[in-house]
Formats: sequence, C-alpha cells, structure tokens
Amino acid sequence: MIEQSKRAGVGHIGSALSVADLVAAVCSRVLRGRPDDPERDRFVVSKGHAVLAVYAALYLGDVLTQQDLDGYCADASLLGVHPEHALTGIDFSTGSLGQGLSIGAGAALAARLQGSPRRVYVLMSDAECNEGSVWEAAMFAAHHRLGALTAVIDLNGQQAMGATDDILSLTPMAARWQAFGWDVHEVDGHDEARLGATLAALDGERPHVLVAHTVFGKGVSFMERQLKWHYLPMSDDDYRQAMQELGATETEACAGRSSAR
Amino acid sequence: MRGAFVRTLTELAAADERILLLTGDLGFMALEPFHDRFPGRFFNMGVAEQNMVGVATGLAEAGFVPYVYSIATFAVLRPYEFIRNGPIWHALPVRIVGIGGGFEYGTQGLSHHAVEDLGVMRIQPGIRVIAPADHRQAEAAIRQSWDHPGPIYYRLGKDDRTTVPGLDGRFTPDGIDTIGDGTDVALVATGSVAVEAVAAADLLRERGVSATVAIVSTLQPAPEAALAALLRRVPRALSVEAHYVTGGVGSLVAEVIAEHALPCRLVRCGVRAVSDGRSGSQQYMHARHGLTRTGLAETALAALARPGT
Repeated sequence: MIEQSKRAGVGHIGSALSVADLVAAVCSRVLRGRPDDPERDRFVVSKGHAVLAVYAALYLGDVLTQQDLDGYCADASLLGVHPEHALTGIDFSTGSLGQGLSIGAGAALAARLQGSPRRVYVLMSDAECNEGSVWEAAMFAAHHRLGALTAVIDLNGQQAMGATDDILSLTPMAARWQAFGWDVHEVDGHDEARLGATLAALDGERPHVLVAHTVFGKGVSFMERQLKWHYLPMSDDDYRQAMQELGATETEACAGRSSAR
Repeated sequence: MRGAFVRTLTELAAADERILLLTGDLGFMALEPFHDRFPGRFFNMGVAEQNMVGVATGLAEAGFVPYVYSIATFAVLRPYEFIRNGPIWHALPVRIVGIGGGFEYGTQGLSHHAVEDLGVMRIQPGIRVIAPADHRQAEAAIRQSWDHPGPIYYRLGKDDRTTVPGLDGRFTPDGIDTIGDGTDVALVATGSVAVEAVAAADLLRERGVSATVAIVSTLQPAPEAALAALLRRVPRALSVEAHYVTGGVGSLVAEVIAEHALPCRLVRCGVRAVSDGRSGSQQYMHARHGLTRTGLAETALAALARPGT
C-alpha cells in the first residue's frame, strides 16, 4: 500500500492503514467465493476512500496481478482512489459515504429471498455515520432481522477536518447500534486474529456490527493520528521511513520519484 | 395510471418471480392487489427513500427486478444520488416509479409538485425515462419495457379514467406517437397534460390552424430522429409539459431544433418560476401556467402571428 500510494502520489494512505487489519480479517478469514461466483459473499467497501487496502487483499488473493496493482491511479486504470465494480473483485462502486449499508442490506435481503447462505460485509468509517441514510439502513436491517449482514466500522475517531468528537460526535458508537437493535461487538481493530475469530463466530438473526477501535495511519509513526495523511502524498523521505518502519523493501521505481503529481 | 401500473405489475409478477415492489410508505388503497397476491415480494420500506433505493440496488445486483414506488418528488429528488450511484452506475434493472408528476397533487403544494423530475432524470444517460400520457399508454409502456436490463424512471399520473383522444393506447419505444397531421404547428406534449394539447389542437382547427400533436413518452433515450422528422415540416412548435420549461420536453425539442438546424420556432409552455405559495386544483395550476387547452391555443395563435424564421 505504501509503495502504491507513493507511486501514485495520491492521498488517503492514512485511511488505508487504518482499515488494513479489518480488510485482512474479512478477506482472509470469512469472505467466501471467487469474484465470478454469483453465490459468493458480497463485500461493500462503503468507506470507498480506503479501497487501496482492498486492492492489496485482492492481490494477495490472486485476483489482481502485480501489473494490475502497479496501475493504481494511472490513466485509464480501473484501480482508482475509490472502488469501481468494473474491476474484478469489487462488488459495488462507492465513494459517496452513507450509501453502502443500504446496498448491503439489499444484498442480504436478496440472499434470504433466494434461500442462499451468502453473507454480506460492509466496511464503513465512523464519520460516515454522520449520514442520516446510515441510520435508515440500520433501522431496516434490524427490522427485517438481516443476520447475514455484518457492518465493520473503522472507529479511528478522525474525519476529514478533525476529530469526530469535535465535529459531530458519534459517542457512544456501540450504544447507538445497540439501541437500533444490532448485535454489537467492540473489538481491537488491529488484532487481525481476534477480528477473524469474532467474524467467524457471528450468529443469530440480528444484523451484526463490529465497532473496531483503530488508529488512523496505523503502523507508520509519523502518520498515526495525523490528519494530513488523509490528503498528502508522501515525499521520498516519508516513503523511505515508512518502508523502514514496516520492515518492507523499498522499490526503486518509487524512491526518487517526485511525490507531486 | 396508478391502477394500470399495479394491475399490470401484478400480472407481470405472476410470470416472473424476480419482480419485487418496494414502497416508501405510500400507495394506501392502491398497491393492495400486488401485496395481497405476493405478500413476500412486497416491502413497505418506511419513510426512507434513500435506503429504499440503496436496498433496491443490492437486490437488483443479485438478480431481482425491484420496483421502487413513491410520490414523484420523493421517489426522484430525495434519493437522487442513490439512483445515480446505484442503479445507473451499476446498470441494474431498478424501476423508479414516481406517482403524480406535475400538478397532480395540486392543493398539496410545491413539496408534492414534481416539476423537475424529468429534467434531472433525463440528463443521466444511463436511465430510460418514460412519462406516459394516459393509463392505456402507461400499461403499454410498462409491458414493453419491464424487462429492460438497465434502470427506468416511470412518471405515472394518478388518473385511471381520462384517455387522450386518438392515442389509442399506443406506445412507441424510442419514438413518438402523433395525433393528427397538421402542418401549421406541432404541439409536443409529455405526461398527463397531453390531453390539454389534443384539445387545444381541436380549438385551433376551429380557428383554421392545422396542428399535429406529438406525444413524447420516452424522454431518455431521446426520440431524436422522430422529433427531427416532425419538426422539419412545421414552422412553429409548442412544447407542453407540467414541468419547468428547462430540462424537460421543452429543452429536448430545443436541442433537436438546434442540433438539426431546423427552421422551426419553438415556444416552451410550462412552469417558469418557483411557487409563490398559492396552490389549488390541478386545473387551477395548469391555468396559472398556461397549460389549459384555451391557454395553449392562445399561445399557438400568438406564435403563428409572429414573424417566422
């Protein structure tokens, strides 16, 4: 992700790092079916601006090639800043916050009507819950007891212009979902093994939500909880330090390239 | 048209179990025939139109054909971005059914008057936009379009009695349906107000003016060739719609005249200003906006009296 973000010279790396463990848990531990299987589980990346983490998962799952990945944000690429369903492995195009949970609820209702065991996972941001439509969908899913639906909320406490508690408080997040009739699990959003175990054990008729406590920019010291990494591309020095901290190998194609595009 | 819609949809649903009906808590004493026959395929989504369209998107991706029902303003304007980013972007067979376009909910005021729905839907190239002129045309349109693979917006009137004389239930997909073959003026009408255009043509005949009424029931994709062929042979045209003059059939006719360089002068009849708060019956609202038969006939005569091209 660091390498592709540097290569492309675009922002949102902080968000991708925030959700990386959540995406890893969903994609490697519970999500079933290859992209061309109509009976596959569905994954709605409602927090579309973090899709770089999903591209990485699709690459590790042999859905995307290195060449595909290297096209991230290039001209005519299907791998843009936000997900496009025209790309194999992406079920729904997103980018406008507050729309994915409704789509996921529809997908879960469809599975029930068709008698299918398909499950639906929706990755959301905490600030996305500012959108009223999220709560329309929350009411609907609980009313219809859509137990096949799981929302995963990336609770990093930050939004585009500051801290969520300063801008439009969502606290207490878990209690709000409980009040709407959901099966709520508060979890450490960076403990991938426990996230996987929690996801795998979800059961019952109520829709499920993981309120996942995360750190924006997780894993790179100078990005953690630093809002500017919602926006900034990395400089060469930023890139080298980030790769060093993550124990990764620098790619020559990235180091030395201008970060301003 | 509402009765025709529910009756026709119930018939189609009996033959194809992919059809579902979702309503935003509207359609009391209208949707029961479908609900009673297929209770497991009917969903009252509550007063939550954005979620309704989002859910329909998820259902359609899995193979269903969901019909999403509300009053036209609520069906189109509230969830507009959901329609754009959902069924349109994903090219899914969601049907947005907006009831009571124009001033059909006359006394209810601007919140219930859909006077821009056709415009905002027509500018989206990925959705068919169908606005039938009467209940017989509505039934034909629904039967001929229901299994279209992409999304459709239907603007349907409430009236299930009035028929447009001479239309005889015709619906020409991707074309127009004409009544009469006059050569002095064309009245190009959309929606249930078309009955006024036909009556205006009768009044004009009494005044020695020969008119053709063209019913444009499919606005997107635009019936461009058919409109150009018609407008090429008349020196004057009036567009007639219970809609703002921008964005709907008036704009469509202007686009065709301009792009085909036709020697035809257009007068757009419709709504030109935001509500001043005074509402009334549909007839009153039509009169205020020059959309009654006498108002249209007077506008046509004035247009004919002005110098041509």
